Amino acid sequence: MATEVFKHGLGEPYKRKEDARFIRGQGNYVDDVMLPGMLYGDIVRSPYAHALIKNVDISEAMKVPGVVAVITGKDLDAAGLAWMPTLSADTEAVLALDRVHFQMQEVAFVVATSRYAAADGVAAVDVDYEPLKVIVDPKKALDPDAPLLRPDKKDKQPTNQIYHWETGDRAGTDAAFAEAEANGVVVKQDMFIPRIHPAPIETCGCVADYHKATGKLTVWLTSQAPHAHRTLFAIVAGLPEHRIRIISPDLGGGFGNKVPIYPGYVCAVVASLTTGKPVKWIEDRSENISSTGFGRDYHIHAEIAADKDGTVQALKVYTLADHGAFDAAAQPTKFPAGLFHICTGSYDFKHAFVEVDAVHTNKAPGGIAYRCSFRVTEASYLIERMMDTLAHDLGKDPAQLRLQNFIQPEAFPYRSALDWTFDSGNYEGALKLAMKNVDYEGLRREQAEKRARGELMGIGISSFTEIVGAGPGKHFDIAGIQMFDSCEIRVHPTGKILARIGVQTQGQGHETTFAQIIAAELGMSPDDVDVEHGDTDTAPYGLGTYASRSTPVAGAATALAARKVRDKAKKIAAYLLEVGEEDLEWEPGRFFVKGAPGKGKTIQELAFAAYTNCPPYLEPGLEAVNYYDPPNLTYPFGSYICVVDIDRGTGQVHIRRFMAVDDCGTIINPMIVEGQIHGGLTQGLAPALYEEITFDDNGNILTGNFQDYLIPTSMETPHWETDKTVTPSPHHPIGAKGVGESATVGAPQAIANAVVDALAHVGVRHIDIPISPWKVWAILNEKGLTAD
Amino acid sequence: MSTHHISVTINGTIYEGDVDSRMLLVHWIRDGLRLTGTHIGCDTSACGACTILVDGKATKSCTMFAVQADGRQIMTVEGLEQNDKLHPLQEGFHEKHALQCGYCTPGMMMTSLALLQRNPNPSEHEIRVGISGNLCRCTGYVNIVKAIQYAADKMQASEQVPVTAGEGGE
Repeated sequence: MATEVFKHGLGEPYKRKEDARFIRGQGNYVDDVMLPGMLYGDIVRSPYAHALIKNVDISEAMKVPGVVAVITGKDLDAAGLAWMPTLSADTEAVLALDRVHFQMQEVAFVVATSRYAAADGVAAVDVDYEPLKVIVDPKKALDPDAPLLRPDKKDKQPTNQIYHWETGDRAGTDAAFAEAEANGVVVKQDMFIPRIHPAPIETCGCVADYHKATGKLTVWLTSQAPHAHRTLFAIVAGLPEHRIRIISPDLGGGFGNKVPIYPGYVCAVVASLTTGKPVKWIEDRSENISSTGFGRDYHIHAEIAADKDGTVQALKVYTLADHGAFDAAAQPTKFPAGLFHICTGSYDFKHAFVEVDAVHTNKAPGGIAYRCSFRVTEASYLIERMMDTLAHDLGKDPAQLRLQNFIQPEAFPYRSALDWTFDSGNYEGALKLAMKNVDYEGLRREQAEKRARGELMGIGISSFTEIVGAGPGKHFDIAGIQMFDSCEIRVHPTGKILARIGVQTQGQGHETTFAQIIAAELGMSPDDVDVEHGDTDTAPYGLGTYASRSTPVAGAATALAARKVRDKAKKIAAYLLEVGEEDLEWEPGRFFVKGAPGKGKTIQELAFAAYTNCPPYLEPGLEAVNYYDPPNLTYPFGSYICVVDIDRGTGQVHIRRFMAVDDCGTIINPMIVEGQIHGGLTQGLAPALYEEITFDDNGNILTGNFQDYLIPTSMETPHWETDKTVTPSPHHPIGAKGVGESATVGAPQAIANAVVDALAHVGVRHIDIPISPWKVWAILNEKGLTAD
Repeated sequence: MSTHHISVTINGTIYEGDVDSRMLLVHWIRDGLRLTGTHIGCDTSACGACTILVDGKATKSCTMFAVQADGRQIMTVEGLEQNDKLHPLQEGFHEKHALQCGYCTPGMMMTSLALLQRNPNPSEHEIRVGISGNLCRCTGYVNIVKAIQYAADKMQASEQVPVTAGEGGE
């Protein structure tokens, strides 16, 4: 009966469909694609961070056995392809022409019959450079005597400043600060959120395969947004879009790294167009960290104006953003600093004003989101650090200060001072649950006892609010294409379903959760629903997976497409049962006649009828497509509590406990949600304690591989504890909000707050992340607290 | 550069080939033999995505030349499933949601197999030490630890001898 077949709908920990191939080593990642006659590309990169190119000599490289071609900037220039547009209205060199702007910049592309021959060819290309003065510090980029780093666009941008952007109510904010200076309290803090890299374990790459006879270009691409990339390829290369097929097969993680288009992709396509053969380009790890999209790099100054009792009134933020050599930030056109102005967080600020200046330096381009939604982590980090700073200055408990200032549950939908409309929330509920789970009062007592004994223990809280699920399309776009998303459902005559979606999984488990959405809407088993994605020739147009938008946008499209299927099935049921549609009732899996439950038709029977006995007034078949433009973003939230112990001998921070209470609205698959939170927490731990891309004064990258760029192993990662509250989104068809990035957004500040809390009693107010043992030891040493 | 004729037993099958002396073992396995379950994630032997068993020992196959594998017994992820029956580690990774993108999974499972061969009943700490040479960017390791515990329990309960290539263990 219907209830029997309806298993594993919403809310059930249905095991993942995609695992079957991955646990057998049968995934199909880009580097697994091997085509007959395939050539391999490799890139000649600049050893200098800033230099003029005097000459590129390829003659020796062309003599290397196996080398087929060497493409230079001049070759691309002749085809009008030396420069390509970025996602932020800048242009980026595909291959450098007369100047390199960062170390590891792409200078030439060698094509050969094997990986090894291509590498030999790279070593044989002789480039003559004339080194120039290097700007590493973004503050120095604004000095009047700083060299102009981008003379190629001096007409429209005569300095190194890319933009000044501001939002909010300057006058109201200033007035609130004047009032607080006189009668309340003002806290100020500088903080730096360093440059980090998403570093998925699979690097970026592609296989480009152009068939001269058909004029069709197929590109297997590590792409989080295959349709948008197809359109960009069509526009940039001038190729007809219906003859471009982007296949984003299994991706070995993305985390924002695979949103932009990189020079290697363009070079591989050009190489395939010119050689007529498939060309593979796969970057190695040092190329990945050194040259593809970084995250963060925000120098922030923040101030809070509050009443003497700690009630917050106004927030003021100034940020200097280091965008590197080209402005390749992956942001919607309307918001150059992304959603950074979500920085009022979970608190009821009356006024706020935010300014961002972005500058060029001699570093790799980027400004993508490291597993977060367009600069939301930067925003959340700053407000959560500032709330702790305010609590510290007032001598208040940081939990109590938060509870005092939260937006209240009845205030939703809540319009923030910076003009976002928060859909739903219960911040107090999440924090109180986290406090109960860890026995917060008990921890504070323990901390006091330990302090008396000279031991260092800290408790850090982060009560973050995210903003995810872009669109709506009128506000959000990629290169002008609106951020809707899509789902197409085909119900086969025997009632089995093939669904295709416009988003692309990189490990999130779409093939499972999207099957569950359809299964729940149609009352069938997700075993009977297969979900495909990532192939632009077959999937409906979508904007891809990033910014936690898959469930909020494509998930909504999927639910609504399933409802269209159900609506048509109802018409067929009315015909078969010879009643009016209004006489039918739905229970999971079947329509039946009101008052006569024995008289009904299952969804499988109705699917069969759609092909065998369709009402004459309906089109045969049972399919539906939905393109969904969300009316608003969704606002997941949570409260995290981190407990740390600090080793006074080494300065090492030991995370003893980490309790994560998340609220992502309706949960589709609790097992997958928990997995997403575990992974997100680990990518929150990473920048808090370990990850940072650093440079020397000459712009040489110092942490360009996994020996030096420390991503957490099983030894550093604690045993995460999770819990949840459920506050559905009122505007999403199934009330879901998105969860893939919540923990990455929320976790770093919980850890930073815990470390500062451990040292607050000796006057420590802030430590910039990553909080290395050395930084902590230096503080302990300065305070006379080191121990053997 | 010289070329060498090698003969290597992989998952019970003998593979022969001529390889350049500089050919990395992982490239020969992936590109030469098309056994693409073994992955590449870094260039410094730090990530462990390429881990295989060489004479029963967990080995990062990007750190060995193909010619060094001549005459050896190798096992890759493709050798875990036997007679259409998943290995307890494969089962454990699925049951405990210990994989997301799947890219580190083959290497992680091979390292886990070597761990369970020398320590059939590891503690959580021993598991964490055992897999510390394998990076996972998706899962946060908690469920990987659970998956290995699942496999350890199952392998002990059934007193099943783990599938090995060569002498096994250390």
